Parts: sequence; C-alpha cells; structure tokens
Amino acid sequence: MSEIIVELKSVSKFYDETAALDGIDLYIRKNEFVTLLGPSGCGKTTTLRLIGGFEQPSGGTILFEGKDITSIPPYKRRVNTVFQRYALFSHLDVFENIAFGLRIKKLSEKAIQNKVTKMLEQVNLEGFEKRDVNSLSGGQQQRVAIARALVNEPEVLLLDEPLAALDLKLRREMQHELKSMQKQLGITFVFVTHDQEEALSMSDTVVVMQDGKIQQIGTPVDIYNEPTNAFVADFIGESNIVDGIMRKDFLVDFSGSSFECVDSGLAQDEEVDVVIRPEDLVLIPAEKARLSGTVSSVNFLGVHYEMLVESDDGMSWLVHSTLMEPVGTRVGLGLEPLDIHIMKKVSSP
Amino acid sequence: MKRSSLFPYMIWMILFIVVPMFLVLYYAFTIPTETGATWSLENFGRFFEPIYLKVLGRSLRLAVISTVICLIMGYPAAMVMAGNAFTRKNVILLLFVVPMWMNFLLRTYAWLTLLERSGVINVLLANLNLPRLNILYTEAAVVLGMVYNFLPFMVLPIYSVLSKIDKGVVEAAGDLGANSYRVFTRVIFPLSVPGVVSGVTMVFMPALTTFVISRLLGGGQFTLIGNLIEQQFLVVGDWGFGSAISVVMIVLILLSMAVMSFFEGEEKDVALW
Amino acid sequence: MVRFLKRSYIYLVFAFLYMPIAVLMVYSFNDSRSRGVWGGFTLRWYVELFQDRTIMSSLYSTLFIGITSAIIATIIGTLAAIGIHNSRGIQKKLIMNVTYLPVLNPEIVTAISLMILFVFARVRLGYLTLLLAHITFNIPYVILSVLPKLRQLNKHLYEAALDLGSTPAQALWKVIIPEIMPGIITGLLLAFTLSIDDFVISFFTTGSGVNTLSITIYSMARRGINPKINALSTIMFTFVLLLLIVVNVRQAREEKKERNGKHGSKKQVSPFGAKFGGA
Repeated sequence: MSEIIVELKSVSKFYDETAALDGIDLYIRKNEFVTLLGPSGCGKTTTLRLIGGFEQPSGGTILFEGKDITSIPPYKRRVNTVFQRYALFSHLDVFENIAFGLRIKKLSEKAIQNKVTKMLEQVNLEGFEKRDVNSLSGGQQQRVAIARALVNEPEVLLLDEPLAALDLKLRREMQHELKSMQKQLGITFVFVTHDQEEALSMSDTVVVMQDGKIQQIGTPVDIYNEPTNAFVADFIGESNIVDGIMRKDFLVDFSGSSFECVDSGLAQDEEVDVVIRPEDLVLIPAEKARLSGTVSSVNFLGVHYEMLVESDDGMSWLVHSTLMEPVGTRVGLGLEPLDIHIMKKVSSP
Repeated sequence: MKRSSLFPYMIWMILFIVVPMFLVLYYAFTIPTETGATWSLENFGRFFEPIYLKVLGRSLRLAVISTVICLIMGYPAAMVMAGNAFTRKNVILLLFVVPMWMNFLLRTYAWLTLLERSGVINVLLANLNLPRLNILYTEAAVVLGMVYNFLPFMVLPIYSVLSKIDKGVVEAAGDLGANSYRVFTRVIFPLSVPGVVSGVTMVFMPALTTFVISRLLGGGQFTLIGNLIEQQFLVVGDWGFGSAISVVMIVLILLSMAVMSFFEGEEKDVALW
Repeated sequence: MVRFLKRSYIYLVFAFLYMPIAVLMVYSFNDSRSRGVWGGFTLRWYVELFQDRTIMSSLYSTLFIGITSAIIATIIGTLAAIGIHNSRGIQKKLIMNVTYLPVLNPEIVTAISLMILFVFARVRLGYLTLLLAHITFNIPYVILSVLPKLRQLNKHLYEAALDLGSTPAQALWKVIIPEIMPGIITGLLLAFTLSIDDFVISFFTTGSGVNTLSITIYSMARRGINPKINALSTIMFTFVLLLLIVVNVRQAREEKKERNGKHGSKKQVSPFGAKFGGA
C-alpha cells in the first residue's frame, strides 16, 4: 500500500460538554477513496471539518504527510473541500467561481484561462463559462463545486455529503463520475455520507462511525460480510439480530435450537449477538428446518420479495427471496454456518 | 468571520445611544443646586400638577381617537388589499405606500392648503352653496393630520398578516358550515390579531409623541406632551422637567407595548424595546 | 357588486391619501397667492424657489448630511451586521436590543437625548452634531437591511473562500461583502431617504444657522402658506417617486434571480417594511 497522507491521532472535539468526536485514530493513504459513514451526529462531518481546518480539535493531533497541521488555518492547507449544498459564490459566474482559488494565488491570466478551461472539460461544463451559477441545475452546481476545488490541485479532496441534494438517478451518475475522476486524477478523496449503499459502491475504505467513535474500518466487502458489531451490521444493509449463547467453539444457541457456525475463541456460555442477513435465509419446507414459522407479511420490491416470518418463539425474521410464499404459509428457514455472524455484545450502544 | 467588525458599532452605540439615555435619566432624577446637582423626584412631582396632567390627558385622548379611526378605516382597506378584489396587488400596495415617502412635513403642510379659511375645501363648499368648514387650528384638524400621516402604519402590518393567512383555512371554515360573518369573527379576525396589535402600537406611539402635527394643524393652541417636551428644551430650558416627561413617556410606551404583547400572546422577534 | 364596493373603498382611501399631494402639486403652478383661486399657469414659484437662498442652502445641507451620513452609517452598519451575525447568546441579544432602541423610541426622545449629549460634551451644535445624529439613527436601519441577507447566505461560503486559499480578510472582501451587496445598497438608500425625511431629530441637534430642508419647511409653514413650498413639494415628490421605482425594479430583479436559483424566495426587508417599523 502507498504511504499515509493524513493521520488523526486520538483526536477529540467537544461542543460545550458533549463530545462530537471521542478520541479517534485514523489514517488515510495516498490515492485512497475513503468514506466516513454513519448516522447524523456520528461525528463524520466534524472529522472532515477538522481535516479541512474549519475547526480546531479539543485534543489530539492531525498530521499531513507526517507534519503536524493541527493549528494551521484552512487557507494554508493543501486540501480542498466540496461543501454540502456547494457554497458557490453567487456574485461570480461559473468561470470566476472556478478561477477563485487561482486568482487568490495570483496566477497569470493565461494560466488561469488554461486551467479553468481544462477543468470545465473534465466536469463536462464546456460553454458554461459565463453562466450565472444560480441558473444552473443541482447537478451542474455540483460539478462547478467539484471543479472549483479540483482546479487547485489539492493533495486531498474533502467531500461533505456532496450528493445529498440530488435525485436518485443523478446521484448514481455522479457516484460513477466521482469514482472515475478520483482514479484518473490519482488524488485522495475523503467522502462523507450517511448513505451506506453510496459508501459501499464508491470506496476503497469505509470508516463506520457512531457517537463520535469509529466502529469499524475496512473494505466495503469486509464491512458488509464481517461487521464487527451489531451496530455496523444493522447500519450496513438489513439484518436480523437475535440474542444467542455461545455453547462452545463453532456452536451457538438461538431461537431454541443449536446451530453450527464458524466463530471460535469466545468464552463458553457467553451471551452474543447473532446477525443473519435477510438474503442468507433460504425458504425450505418447514419439516426440514430447525428454524420455522409462519409468513406474516409479503412485500414485492421489484428484484425480490421481502417477507416477515414469525418463528415459534415469537421472533420476526426478515427474509429476502426471489420466491414468494403467501401470508399464512408455514415455512422453514435454512441457513449455512458461514452466514451466521457472531458478535460480542457491546456494553454501550 | 471576525467579530471584531463589531467594535466601531459598539463604540458608536455606547457613545450615542447608551450614554444619552443615561443622561436623560440623570437629568430627570436630579435638580440643580449651587454646588452641582442632587438626586430628587421633584421633576416627576411637577408633572402631576393639574395643568400638565391635562396635557397628558389630551395627548392620550387624541392618540386613542386617532388610533381607533385608523383601525376602523385601515382594517377594511387591508382586508380588501389582501383579498382578490385587485389582480395586481403589488401595484396597489405600492400606490398605498408612495404618499408616505413624501416628506412628513410637506404632507402635514398640504392639509393647511386644504383646510384654510379660503382653502380648496372651503372654495369647493362655497361653490356648492354649502356652509364653510372651519376645522383648521382645532383638535379635529390635529386628529385628521394624525390619521393621514399614520394610517399606513395600521394598514401595512394588518395587510401582511392577512395576506399570509392560508386560504385553505378560510375555505375549511366555509366547508364546515360557517357563513361569511362567522368566518370573519371566528377565523380571519382572530388570526389577524398580531397585525392589529402591531398596527395599533405603531399608530399610537407616534400619535402620542408628535409635536409637529399639533403645532402646524393645531396652530400651537393644543399643547400635547410632545410640544411640552419641545418647549422645555428649546424655550424654557428646563432639561430636568423635559427629561422627566420623556421618561414618563418611555414608561407609558413600554407599558402599552407590554400590554399589547400580552394580547398578542406570542413572542415577537423584536424584543420589548 | 361586492368587488366593485371593495374597489371603490380602496379608491376612496387613495383619494384621501393623494388629494393633499395632488392639490399641492397643482397649486405649485398657480399664478395666484390665494389657494381658492386659479390665476393661470406659471413656473414663477419654481424660479423663486431656486432663487431663495435659505431654501437652496438648506437643500445643500440636506443632501450633504444625507449622503455623508448614509455612507458612514452603511459602513459601520454593515460591519456591525457581520459581527452580530457571528455572535451568539447574551451578547447578541444585548446588542440587538440596543440597536432597536432608536427604532422603537419616540423620535423626540432620541432627539433630546442626543441634544443633551452634545450640549453636555460641549460640542457646538451645527453640521457636526447633525451628521453624528443622522448616522446614529441610520445605523440600525442599515443593520436591519443587511442582517437578513447574511442569514440567507450559505453558511459555508466563508469557509469555502478560506478553503480556496483566501485569508479571512480576503474572504470578507471578495466573497461576503459582494454576496450581501444587495442588502447593503438597500440599507444605503434607506438611510439616505430617512435622513432627507427626518425633521424631529435634526430640529433638536442643529444650531448656528445650519438648517435642513425639513427645518426650513417647518419654519416657513409656521408662518402660513408659501407657494414656493408647493414647488418644492412637487420636486421632492417626483424625486422620491423615481427613487422608489428604481429600488423596486432592483428588488423585483433580485427576487426573480433568486427564484431562478431555487434558493427559496425569502424576501429581504423591503425599504417600506423597514421604514414602517420593520413590519
């Protein structure tokens, strides 16, 4: 892997008495697409603003290429930001918005002309130079915001929920464009979102945060398949989470039966969270299953059906399947040892 | 952004708003002696002499009459303007506001021309063989001047509240069987109370404190509280008494605003001041 | 029918509001000193108006005080608005309350309090005191025109400027000030208009022969009717009308621009609203 460019060391941020960030450690590598993911108020935007220099941490240090930049103001940092709702300068046209940073750096008129024109091409906005930024659509404003930041050739681009205001279709498009732009330019992107699908589809690394703490750092595949705790499992995709007891290595009890699993190393009779993805539950005849119940609701979602199955011990199981069983049918739920994820209980949520 | 940009204003504010207010208080609560000044309530005591109480009574009476007339004239006007009697509401509103941008003195002076003994109105009346109208230099002329000058202060707040009322609410009331009288008394009027309250405040205050209208249209025969203050400062030179009257006036206004905001029932954006 | 009645009522109110002004304007062309009689068309009063030393010198004073006080109040008020926008809690509340003082206090109280201050501080009453007084009552209106513009700004605009390499000072001059310019101009025009319109505060804070138009009109009107005042009224009314049209066209354009930008259409404080106590 390439070298580390940004590093946060036990960084915390307090507003009055409440902690927005509670001593996080995080490093970001060069050319990486990192996503900070979590529900609102989890500290992801605060983390981004600390890297951008818009806020000062209450404790800890922030390093940039190994140098302490904790108290360096934003205009001296080699990072640029794409803001939520873009924050375009409405008194300037598209060209001047993009040229803003270059003019501050006092580049020659010719160099500015060159760079801005190239940037406009890059974001597919040729011919929009003289347009009033207020007359642009959301997607176009978004592109101007990205161009305005990228034209300064930052080492790291920070993006604060840049796609939140766009409609679904446009959002998908922009996700692809951002991803390919990042690959092509070879700059580090730090992307903040609360949308787990967006995070999984775009990132090299996902950082899941909650309550000012980092819950898990990993590749999208790791995060999805091996969530470290019930929160991550629940937040990333949909999950069935039930209480279980670890009988011994590779054997767990839940819902009144024992199941084989692939986890080991927990104490005997330790209480655990058992996480099962709805798509891993397979509908099988009831008599063949250790876990069985009655279908209580069916929703058609296009690609698959979403069904709720009430098992005999009163649990509700969410099942995704391309097959459908009508409400009232008795079904069995089959599952493979590999699909049973065992997680240590977290004392605080 | 820098908060230090507040400094020039803070200094200005303290010098020209806060300090002068304290000076008024100082003069109101002291009387001069050979060695300087001493704390005293004498200035306030003088205010309760019958002659001054009469001035206060007259000021209050004329201000109340003007406010009531403005309300009676202004409410229907605001309602019509907020309704759909006109297609180009903005133009109507603008036309309504334009005269008020004429210099206040010129507007008041205009009534001199109209009300004079040989003025326009009387010439017209004479041509129609009607008796002359001699109201110039009477209380009626002063009230007329107040209504003319302050009517927009009543209409605009009511208009702005009425035009914000959700049409659906009115239709819902109709749908629930209320006739138009009931829709008005039960729905529209209660919703417009905040506008009425600020309208009343905004007419009552300047009407209570004016000294120009009473001087020009009352011909100096009707001393109002404003004229009294003017005299103390510019003619008599009794700053203590003048300040005391000012303080009484501020208190009166604060009280009426407190009463008004009580009726309004909700916290306004503007603080009590 | 009801619609007709409603309209008639408004026309009646308009007649009440415009009649005195119309009569003034018509009689400014009347070649007779007597109000009731029409003595033929003349421009005599306009000629006399421009030859009247007192009126002309008070016109200059009015314009000088109006322009100077509007500019100074706009500078102080704009900076103050930016500061207020960025302060919090008790400090903000306190400053806003003191700011509302001159707006809500009866004019005569503001007037005598400033007069006391000037006499107390032994400042000779005249141009300087007039100017100081006008700046004082203008600043709050500038603040109240600029603040809504600041509230409408994307709160990340300033950060975006820093992010792109501007120092805090550059961010203020190159981004924040241009972005709130419409509010600043509204404030400037409002301050100028209020300053020309003011009588009460000028009356108490002037001295040594320095008169504004309002003061001159007052002293002339106290002596009875003077056709030169009619001519002056006509000119001033026309001027104010033109100014209002300019302001309104500007504002309409501004709002249209905002609607196009889908920025929501929060109205800025219109000069009317502000003049009439921020209703």
